[in-house]
Formats: sequence, C-alpha cells, structure tokens
Amino acid sequence: MFFRRAGIRHTRYQSERQIWPLPFDRRLAILLFLFALAAPFLLDRLHLVGYLLPWIIWSTAALGLNFLMGGAGQIHLGYGALIGIGAYTTVHMTRAGMPFEIALIGGGLLSAAVGIVFGATALRVKGIYLAMATLAMQYIVDFVIVQFPAISGGTQAALTVPRVRFLGIPVVGDLPSYYVALAVCVIVTLFMLNVKRSSFGRALAAVREKDYAAAVIGVNTFRFKLTAFWVSSFIAGVVGGVLAVCYYRTISPDQFHLELSIQLVAMVIVGGLGSVLGSFFGAALIMFAPIVINQLIGSLAVALGLAISADLRAHLPLMLYGALIIGFLLWEPLGLAKIYANIRNYFLVWPFRHARH
Amino acid sequence: MDWLLVAELAINGIFIGLMYALVAAGIVLIYKTSGIANLAQGALAMTGGYAAWAFTALVGLPVWLAIPIALVVMFIFGSLLERFALRRMVGQPIIMVIMLTLGLEIMLRGVLPGFFGAAVKKLDIGISPSPLFLGDIFINKATLIGGCISLGLILLAILFFNSRLGVIMRAVSDDQTASWSVGIKVERAIAIAWGLAAVMATTAGVLWGATQGIDWSLSLLLIKALAIAILGGLDSLPGVLIAGVVVGLAESLATGILDPIVGGGTRDVVASVIIVLTLLIRPYGLFGREHIERV
Repeated sequence: MFFRRAGIRHTRYQSERQIWPLPFDRRLAILLFLFALAAPFLLDRLHLVGYLLPWIIWSTAALGLNFLMGGAGQIHLGYGALIGIGAYTTVHMTRAGMPFEIALIGGGLLSAAVGIVFGATALRVKGIYLAMATLAMQYIVDFVIVQFPAISGGTQAALTVPRVRFLGIPVVGDLPSYYVALAVCVIVTLFMLNVKRSSFGRALAAVREKDYAAAVIGVNTFRFKLTAFWVSSFIAGVVGGVLAVCYYRTISPDQFHLELSIQLVAMVIVGGLGSVLGSFFGAALIMFAPIVINQLIGSLAVALGLAISADLRAHLPLMLYGALIIGFLLWEPLGLAKIYANIRNYFLVWPFRHARH
Repeated sequence: MDWLLVAELAINGIFIGLMYALVAAGIVLIYKTSGIANLAQGALAMTGGYAAWAFTALVGLPVWLAIPIALVVMFIFGSLLERFALRRMVGQPIIMVIMLTLGLEIMLRGVLPGFFGAAVKKLDIGISPSPLFLGDIFINKATLIGGCISLGLILLAILFFNSRLGVIMRAVSDDQTASWSVGIKVERAIAIAWGLAAVMATTAGVLWGATQGIDWSLSLLLIKALAIAILGGLDSLPGVLIAGVVVGLAESLATGILDPIVGGGTRDVVASVIIVLTLLIRPYGLFGREHIERV
C-alpha cells in the first residue's frame, strides 16, 4: 500500500534519526505545509477564519501544554490563565505603541514569569498538589485580570486590539492574520518535533518517568522542571498574543476562564500525551466535535420531531469534553495519536503482517 | 472597625466553613484510602443535590424520605464510579488518574444541568428562612444547622476510622500490597471509601442546595474543599475540621472587609490564595503526613 517500508535502508545514523525517516511521511508533511500555505486561496472565508485559523491557534496552545504535560509530566490546570496573561500583555504593549513582534515576545516573557512562579511550587510538590497549585493560579489570575480595571479595562469592558504591523506588513484582514498564526504554529511545531531529539528533551523524559531516579543518574530535576514550565508558559503567552491580535481582536476576561484550561487539557489528553501530531488531532476534535454534534442533534430533532431543550444543547460541549477525557483515558490513554499510529503501522507493511516489528 | 460586623462575619464564616469541610472530608477519605485526589468531589455534591431534588420534585416523595434515598443512591453511584472507572486506572501514572476525576467533574457538570435544566432548583428541607438573632448578631439559620450537621458527620467519620472497617481502611492507606497479603479486600475498602465520599458530598449538596438552590454552581465547592483539604493535610480528617473553620473565617472576613476596598470578588479567590500559600509554606498541610518517596 502507501506506506511500504520496503527498500528503505538506512546506511547512516543521520538518516535514521531524521524526524521523518520514511519518504512518505516527509512528502505528506511537505504536502500539508503547502496546503496550509495555500489555504487562503483554496478555502472560502468562512472555512478559513471560522475553522482553520482557530484550529491552528488552538493546536499551538495544545502543543505548548503538551510540552509540559506529555514532555515533562507536569500537570497544569491553569494554562488558560497563562494564555490570558500573554493576550493582555500583548494588547497593552501594542496599545502603548510598541511593535507587535516585541509585544508578542513581551507577552510570552510575562506569561513565563508568572508561570514559573507557580511552577516553583511544583518543585516542592507534585502530582495532585501541582494540579491544585495550577488550579489556584487560574482563579487568582482571573481575579487579578477582572479586578484591576487598568488591566481589563473594567469588568464589562473589552479591550480592542489596535492595528499592528508584523515584520512591516499590516496585520489587517484575514490573510495576514492567518499567516502570522501559521508562522507561530510552524515555529512551535518545529521546536516540539526537535526537542525530543535533544539532550533537553531526553532529560525531560527522564524527569517525567521518575524524577528521583532522574536525579540519581545526574539530571538536575530542579532546573529541568523549571525550564519546562518556563518554555511552556512562554509558548502560552505568545499564543495568547496571536489569539488576541489575529483571532479575537477584542479581548475580555471571560475568554480566558477555567473553561479554556479544561478545553486545552482535554485537547492534550484526547490527542495523546507527548505527541505533536496528537495535539493537532486533539485540538480538532475538541473544537469541532461539539459543533458537529450540536448540528447533528439539531437536525435529528427536526427530522424526528423531538423537542430538545436549549439547556441540553448548551451543555452538550461540557458533556462531550468530559466523556472524551474519560473515554480516552480508559480505553486509549495515548489518545488519537496512538490510534493513528496503530492504523499507520498496520498499513506500513500491509499485507505482510509478519514483517511488523 | 465595626466589631459587631466582624463577630457576625466570623460566626457565620465558621458555620459556612464547616459546610465546606464536609465536601473536603470526602476528598480526604478517598485520598486516605487510595492516594487519589478526587477532583470530581464538587460535581458529586452537585449530583447529590440534583438527586435529592429529583426525588422530591420529579418522583414526588416527601423530603424526609427523598434525602435518605438520595444518600443510598449516591453511595451506590460512588462505588460504581470506583468499580468501573477508577479501578481500571490502577497502576497508571497519577496524572492520568487526576485527569480522569477531572473528566468526571466536567461531564457531570454538563449532564445534570443538561438533562434536568439549568435553572436554579429550589430544595426546601424545612429550615425556615428567618434569621436567628444572638444579641445583635445576625446568624443565618440554614448555615447554622448545616454547619452543625457537617460537624456531626465529620466527627462520625473520625470515629468511623476506629471501627473495624475504619481500621481496614487505615491499613489500606498505609500499604495496599501489605494489606492485600494479610487478606484485606483492598478493592472493597476503596469502593466503600468512594461510596462514603459520595454520601458526604450528597449531604453537602443538599445542605448547600437548601441555602442557595441547586444548580451547576454547587460544583464550585470543589475549590474551597480543595483549599480545606490541602490546608488541613490531605490525609487528616481532624485537619479538615480545623482547616474548614480557618477557610470559612478567612473567606467570610475577606468578603466582608476586603470586598468594599477592592470592589468585590474576593470570595472566590481566598480559597486559591490559601492553596498557594499552603503549598509554598507547608506543602503537607497542618496535620498531613509527609510523603517520603523512594526510587
């Protein structure tokens, strides 16, 4: 079939250590990248702005969270708050007249600074305690954003993003917004793909599996946990900036509440802990499943003449997030990425199943 | 400063804190036996509230009958949760188990308001709304009664740990493998712990439902319960009582005194601040046992 591994012999270590050792995967990746580049000209506006753009942004966010949860094994229930910090910092910096590029980095840095403070509690405690520390952080950041009018522009008020330029190109309209989001997404994806192959990624993996054991073999767990928090929070901040400027354009505190953190955690778990591809899958499923099912139920109700209450439909996304998290944890803990890998491995040597290793 | 106001806030805060502590006691119970922090405890309280409401409003039972039935149903529900969800996760990393309980929380928060309607449900358990006056101090009767019931239940739980079943549970919490090898049914002990936690959550849900009505916001009890459980030490029931009073006091005083200064909203953040401070200063809480990890 498509995936034949036949005839591929690695004669050098470099060729085996490539990100995509199989030519098919390489071609697929290039094809997808080209499609992403050409998407604004292939898709109509609804699909581009309504689906593709948010998907790219949420996938980037899921990647950042996956770096922490899947890569370093640290749980984080306040990722939405970090995104919020990044968004507000970026918007305030651009409103103050700073260039967008610097504002984006500034948002990332402030997010990282706050994230590392709460991550520091992770150095003394872990597991459940860490979950609670980050949960508490979510509430505290929410409170600070809402209660200080200097940040939020008042409780009810929303902050509008001014016109900004990215590398000299004004970010107005759909096209530049999409490309800015895509650029950030590509950079984060490349980072995530490569970090696992570096000594940094391996050290994180050691910390994730058993931090005491990692310390025994000479990995400075303190440093690596803190760095993992820093990097992940930085990505959250940058994503927040992109989200505010390219997608929301007007931000208000309720966009960054606990619901967002829950969605992101669901994306990571459903997609697959520690998997780059999984983050994209997870983001897609968590984003689009409620929409699809809602429409399905709506049309079913019309077709069958059933009365489905507005409450039920309003709470459908929550039910679905919960059910997806539970279902995947119970039946496929490694998420959609594992399902994809299983199918791929099956076809890799199809129809010679005995050749699989 | 108006000392009368402070006294009033303090007294009401203590009873509210005791009502929070009832939710926290369930978390402690589960943590003690199985080492899992149950993030679904708030949702369990909400489910219990909805169950009691459903038996009165939908089935039409009188309140005094509906509540015991709800308690029994929730006990079964709790132990079934353990049997069919948590037990399958044995041996998985703790991060997965926590996420599972979080998933439960999210799902319950969607399912119950989704099917029963999101509007606030009234649950009348026969406490008159008229306040109680102690001298010039105004005391909310519902929280007073609720706090006393919570206190009684938590004391009962402490006593329970001295009974035969309680000793079994302590053994399980000490070392699951060792208890297994001396013939203790570890799974059953954990299932009972989940059932009892669900019962406590239901009581809390009913008591809170009687004061503020039943809707999804009952699941917000989770964050206060977590604050109490962490401050008291995740494996200490007496700690829950003391921490409950502390958190209730802090919250009540903060709401009364800080709110006018910062412009509202402190009620929700006090619990979070307590969590962070506890973790920074004394991660294992006031009475918790320090967890020693070996490679």
